[in-house]
Amino acid sequence: MKVGLFIPCYVDQFYPQIGIASLELLQKLGCEVSFPMDQTCCGQPMANSGYAHLTGGCDTNFVNNFSEFDYIVCPSGSCTLHVKDHLHSKENEAAATHIRNNVYELTEFLTDVLKVEAIEGNFPYKVGMHQSCHGQRGLKLSQMSELNAAPFSKPEQLLTKIKGLELVSLSRKDECCGFGGTFCVTEEAVSVKMGQDRIKDHEAHQVDYITGGDMSCLMHLEGILKRQKSNIKVIHIAEILNSI
Amino acid sequence: MKENTIDHSTAAATFNKDVERVNWHDETLWFVRSKRDKSAHAIPEWETLRETASNIKNNVLSNMHHYLQEFEAKAKENGIIVHWAADGDEHNKIVHSIIAKHGVTQMVKSKSMLTEECHLNEYLADNGIEVIDSDLGEFIVQLRKEPPSHIVLPAIHLKKEDVSDTFHEHLGTEKGNNNPQYLTEAARKELRDTFLTRKVALTGVNFAVAETGEFVVCTNEGNADMGAHLADVHIACMGFEKLVPERKHLGVFLRLLARSATGQPITTFSSHFKKPREGQEMHIVIVDNGRSTQLGREEFRNSLKCIRCGACMNTCPVYRRSGGHSYHNAVAGPIGSILAPNLDMKKNADLPFASTLCGSCTNVCPVKIDIHDQLYKWRQVLVKEGYTPTSKTVAMKGMSAVLANPSVFKIAGKAGRFVIKNMPFMVNNSMNAWYNQREMPTPPQESFREWYAKRQKESKDKK
Amino acid sequence: MSSRDSILNKIKSNQPSSVNELPDLSVLGLEKFDVIETYKTVLKGIGGFCEEVSSLDEVKNYIATHYPTEKRMITTISELADIAETDWTSDDPHSLQNVELAVIKAHLGVAENSGLWVTDAILGQRVSPFIPQYLAIIVNKNDIVPTMQQAYERIGDLDYGFGTFIAGPSKTADIEQSLVLGAHGARGLTVFLMG
Repeated sequence: MKVGLFIPCYVDQFYPQIGIASLELLQKLGCEVSFPMDQTCCGQPMANSGYAHLTGGCDTNFVNNFSEFDYIVCPSGSCTLHVKDHLHSKENEAAATHIRNNVYELTEFLTDVLKVEAIEGNFPYKVGMHQSCHGQRGLKLSQMSELNAAPFSKPEQLLTKIKGLELVSLSRKDECCGFGGTFCVTEEAVSVKMGQDRIKDHEAHQVDYITGGDMSCLMHLEGILKRQKSNIKVIHIAEILNSI
Repeated sequence: MKENTIDHSTAAATFNKDVERVNWHDETLWFVRSKRDKSAHAIPEWETLRETASNIKNNVLSNMHHYLQEFEAKAKENGIIVHWAADGDEHNKIVHSIIAKHGVTQMVKSKSMLTEECHLNEYLADNGIEVIDSDLGEFIVQLRKEPPSHIVLPAIHLKKEDVSDTFHEHLGTEKGNNNPQYLTEAARKELRDTFLTRKVALTGVNFAVAETGEFVVCTNEGNADMGAHLADVHIACMGFEKLVPERKHLGVFLRLLARSATGQPITTFSSHFKKPREGQEMHIVIVDNGRSTQLGREEFRNSLKCIRCGACMNTCPVYRRSGGHSYHNAVAGPIGSILAPNLDMKKNADLPFASTLCGSCTNVCPVKIDIHDQLYKWRQVLVKEGYTPTSKTVAMKGMSAVLANPSVFKIAGKAGRFVIKNMPFMVNNSMNAWYNQREMPTPPQESFREWYAKRQKESKDKK
Repeated sequence: MSSRDSILNKIKSNQPSSVNELPDLSVLGLEKFDVIETYKTVLKGIGGFCEEVSSLDEVKNYIATHYPTEKRMITTISELADIAETDWTSDDPHSLQNVELAVIKAHLGVAENSGLWVTDAILGQRVSPFIPQYLAIIVNKNDIVPTMQQAYERIGDLDYGFGTFIAGPSKTADIEQSLVLGAHGARGLTVFLMG
């Protein structure tokens, strides 16, 4: 199967190791993966700021880059959700529809399409899972604590065979970290407070690492951790899954 | 209406200056959310209940014209006098005229967010009518001359020391006595006298039944009943969206309301008023005040399903860390942010942006309003209507041009790191708010696409 | 044009063009559980007291040993006339302000929330369950239904001027979320489960 790798713009430019880990992991699992060089961005920062009407050109570019693939996989829940919910193209709606129907966040691609139950790996640390909101409540990557429904978690399921990894149970399992796109600067005080509180929860459970499926959330938490000179590090789940 | 409203972001920044207090506010409301969870998880058919309530309200919104007339006809048959108010001002005038007709200058009120929305108390005060709020939380904030900060827990932003000081000043309670039992007892005595002496009582309406012309008022304290059953005149005020079609539908809503609001299985009293007491006059004021406009907004119509439980506020991580007052509206939090722009887009343009769109609110809403989706949609409307700063629009247009054009993006990316230059949260200068309390990530040696291009070239060269 | 007409016109033109169907309520409230045990547990959890009795004499004895009988008591139950007043139902409601205990009956009770349904037909006066310092309500065990769905099925299209569900004593948590019993209504509720 032909997989088009969709890398969020800030991952491309600040966390390339996540793109590399995602690529290598997918190839290990038998996918033919390419990265379309002309991709730019999914347009979410503009749309979430109320400028969805300006994303036409960006969307067309996205469609041009990804229409030929069987699947489009992205190591980010929020970017994936945005494309899934909002990608349209005046020039080629059929292609846009194909993409919307076949775009996957990395962990759900593994569990739902590749039917992988768990990945063998090595990560002997205490880890806290940060449930990014768009992935969780938007893509249904894991059960939501508000609902009276059976628990499940695709990312946590994938981690069960990682040697030495101890996943802690947080006090507030799925509270938002406060990144929220431009929210992180337009509502800086609340954004930081939310991030600090998430970190306190992980600290209380003595984690070595905070992981998750969205580097945007982790970047925000890492920014606070570094300012606090904390020993806790952040790592995207792709890197843990690609550990061996 | 205040001319210079403080926007949410500024108010929230102030709120966060007192770290201890914001922690306490956040933990207190999270605790209420937890109680709601416990209660909801104890009902196996909880999600079915939500779906049922949602569908009942969908039916109501689609048949409002019929149900309202049915309700009015039945209520009149029951001996209730029905009034219609197009806006808050007319509502206030109607209430005033009823009071004036009876030659009375004092009224006791039980909780009604609608009357907060219409600024009834101020209007009546300007016209020489004293209003006493009998819900304990409302009573406290009334003495302090502040608005309620939460639609169900009006005084949630206050500590017992604050209440003690207020009661000492106004009721003469012991200075420094913070005991909630003692303070509540003082309020009980004071308000009991109010109930026994006021000839006019005003209540809100939680639900109004089209089939029977009755309405329901839910309280834990019993204050609505104490007021109404002792008064010669009972005035009930309702937004027209409070309708339910048939009496049996109350079963669904009364199972959801208190559990969603506070985690209780039901409020202590769920009082069904159908006919006036013998010798009593009962009035209902049906209010529009922008609701019919919202009804016509296809994307936002569902916000009218709201039963005012407050669950969305309790779960909202932003509300918990900014407090109700920072939303500058009678109804705050997530639901307030999708209702308020309809009332005044200019004043409330900040509210749909006071959110990370985490979606927790949508999940706790007992009538399944798609709150976080509506927040996103309001953002589009507000930008189109011109309620965002021009500088932002210019920046966004610039960004959109680059993102549509890969070659420009790659140049921008390579030379100056497009993201760090353009993404509002990453602009790399000391004026960026990101820097206040966070470190910026360090740019790596090469970007992913540089790594990939190199690898592609290497494998091509190898062939 | 009157406000009524302008509001109704606006609603007519703004409401959705087709009517959404009402859902079927018969799928709700079907869970089977011990109705009496649940009733008792929930009532206790919300601060009410529960006494299982088999006769009104037992009710009388309980009241005599648990309430200050020298204070004013009223009732709607004629068999209790020797311990409480019965001729107050036409009095000015304000005159009931000095009542210590009111003893009334309920039509039915709801196990899931311990609520008791009363209407003006059996309240004597609307203010009677609110104004006294304490409240006692007698309900038959076989009038306890599982959920609100069954409660409204039982109520049906009964005509009343006023009715209410009473669940536990009046309460508030408005002062820093500290639960205080006895806000404006009764400070305490005792439910006599008869049968």
